Amino acid sequence: MAHILEVRNLVKNYGSVEILKDINVSIESGEFLVLVGPSGCGKSTLLNCIAGLEPINAGEIIIAGRNMKGVSPKDRDIAMVFQSYALYPTMTVARNITFGMKVRGVDAATQQAKLAEVARQLQIEPLLNRRPGQLSGGQRQRVAMGRALVRDPKLFLFDEPLSNLDAKLRVEMRIEIKRLHQDLGASMVYVTHDQIEAMTLATKIVVMKDGQVQQIGTPSEIYNRPANLFVADFMGSPAMNLLPARTIRNGSGTQIEIARDGEEPLILRDHWSPDLPEKVIMGLRPEDIAEAGYRSGEKVQTATCKVELVELAGADTYVVSRLGGKEVTARFHAETQARPGQSLEFAFDLAKVSYFDPDTGQRLN
Amino acid sequence: MTDITSENTGRPLAHAVRNILLRWLLLALLGLFALYYLMPLFVMLTTSLKSLEEIRTGSLVALPREVTFDAWAKAWSGACTGIQCEGVRPFFWNSILLAVPAVFLSTLFGAVNGYVIAHWRFRGSNLIFSLMLFGCFIPFQVVLLPMARVLGIMGLAGTIPGLIFVHVVYGLGFTTLFFRNYYVTIPQELVKAAKIDGAGFFRIFWSIFLPLSLPIVVVTVIWQFTQIWNDFLFGVSFSQSGTQPVTVALNNIVNSTTGVKEYNVDMAAAIIAALPTMLVYVIAGKYFIRGLTAGSVKG
Ligand SMILES: Nc1ncnc2c1ncn2[C@@H]1O[C@H](COP(=O)(O)OP(=O)(O)OP(=O)(O)O)[C@@H](O)[C@H]1O
Ligand SMILES: [Mg+2]
Repeated sequence: MAHILEVRNLVKNYGSVEILKDINVSIESGEFLVLVGPSGCGKSTLLNCIAGLEPINAGEIIIAGRNMKGVSPKDRDIAMVFQSYALYPTMTVARNITFGMKVRGVDAATQQAKLAEVARQLQIEPLLNRRPGQLSGGQRQRVAMGRALVRDPKLFLFDEPLSNLDAKLRVEMRIEIKRLHQDLGASMVYVTHDQIEAMTLATKIVVMKDGQVQQIGTPSEIYNRPANLFVADFMGSPAMNLLPARTIRNGSGTQIEIARDGEEPLILRDHWSPDLPEKVIMGLRPEDIAEAGYRSGEKVQTATCKVELVELAGADTYVVSRLGGKEVTARFHAETQARPGQSLEFAFDLAKVSYFDPDTGQRLN
Repeated sequence: MTDITSENTGRPLAHAVRNILLRWLLLALLGLFALYYLMPLFVMLTTSLKSLEEIRTGSLVALPREVTFDAWAKAWSGACTGIQCEGVRPFFWNSILLAVPAVFLSTLFGAVNGYVIAHWRFRGSNLIFSLMLFGCFIPFQVVLLPMARVLGIMGLAGTIPGLIFVHVVYGLGFTTLFFRNYYVTIPQELVKAAKIDGAGFFRIFWSIFLPLSLPIVVVTVIWQFTQIWNDFLFGVSFSQSGTQPVTVALNNIVNSTTGVKEYNVDMAAAIIAALPTMLVYVIAGKYFIRGLTAGSVKG
């Protein structure tokens, strides 16, 4: 299938500081690409480069097969929704939405028809004569979406469109954006630093850090097979447990040994991951550590650990223990009887275990 | 003040009395200041309504026994400014012909400059802005000679367009500063959104920035109008007999009378000369305060 967007070897500097370093990303028609990364990693900058709002220092941006070199933002066949919505404060909602068409000289009848269609789609008909200042955050958000939708672009760019909304509204709008994506079959690039948004919306996630792409993959790839320690730690909440461990190869396979202060080391057996170096960092998601008896499977092993903290989280209970000098969070069922100070059998499910090189941080298995 | 009633619960009477006393003290103090500032105006106004005879015999602060507008009429159209005796009227019109275009142009250019410096940064834009700021601090006297030379070269010496030019150039530093500081509070994303919508440099200025600019336009207009209308030094330096602004004429009236000094005419002329700036403040004053304190523009 044809690429809608291709970013090749993109470099962007502000003065002497390299903000984006050799970025390569591409998406296919209808894909929902989410850019995630910590604050300041260059997500907005990348989006602005794609939109043509910032000049680039090297590399190429190709939208729908057309090289965008020297093409101005308005001719790139894109629409963008900003974090602050950037609604024109002195114009009514209707004029905000039709402004782009007016500038382009679209005739009035077409403008009105498109406005009506978008207003219906987003259910903002009663708001059309208001100013942005007279709208709630969620309504402004819709209007900003409306302004993007009327353009009917090849590519939508969203820069943290939900970050100014409260938690409940954010979930609602997230669902709405997902539905829009499905209905329109549009191609989208969506920036967020909320990893739940990333996981739920994306067909493809790009994790960035310090202007570099760390990993590109489907949400499940990113979640289950993080490419390095940064991605492992960044994606998922509570974060993946990352435990320094020693491997010992013996006859029957590999033994994983995790040190514990004042106690015998914890020993787990892993016959399935070959060729691990002696020192590794083992990554296990909280949901892969359960109370013994509540998890079964070929790769489940139990061990006794001391409970340090118990956190109720409604549907689950997070139980914190200590292994390899680090806090380890396990996800227990809601009715667990675990109490702080207790020693308890934990079940470790190694089906989705990750191993990382402690020096390079790269994934080993 | 609002919670007088809620405080009443403890010792109602003592509290109420103290509050009232404080209030009155405050009012008295404010009244005193107001009086102090209004005194000169009062003296000017009463003196301008007296006859010369009464001024000579009466007290300075007394109300006029007999109100007469003769002095006003003479100041407007009969007082002598040197050899010419047409009052301040022709010069008043000169000032209007000078101030209106000069205020308009300096405000307009300031707005465009501020827009560029705040949102269309280019290499060296900061330097240019610093230089313009520096321009605000150059004393009038320093520019007199070079400016006279420039006006001469341009063939505008002694003309009203020449004076307009001087005021526009001199005011640009301030107006640019005002608009720049106002426009930096407008989010950059607004410009980006408009660019994606296809709007260009002037379209964005016209459709998005100007409609937001009322408060700062008012501030700038008041500032510039006051500066230009009240200016004496540029007026006296760069004008000739037919093109002098009202401030220069006022000076001439006050200084060139021979024989008896007509205080009432002087006062009337001074008030006439000051009326337009007062008018501008009265009409636009409330926007002035609002504009000075206007913060960021929330979408
Ligand atoms: N105009 C600019 N001049 C210089 N540096 C800039 C400019 N804009 C952004 N930067 C720098 O570029 C880096 C990336 O900024 P960017 O806005 O892309 O981050 P981000 O990933 O979008 O962060 P956030 O999640 O906080 O929005 C930051 O370190 C920032 O300081
Ligand atoms: Mg950002």
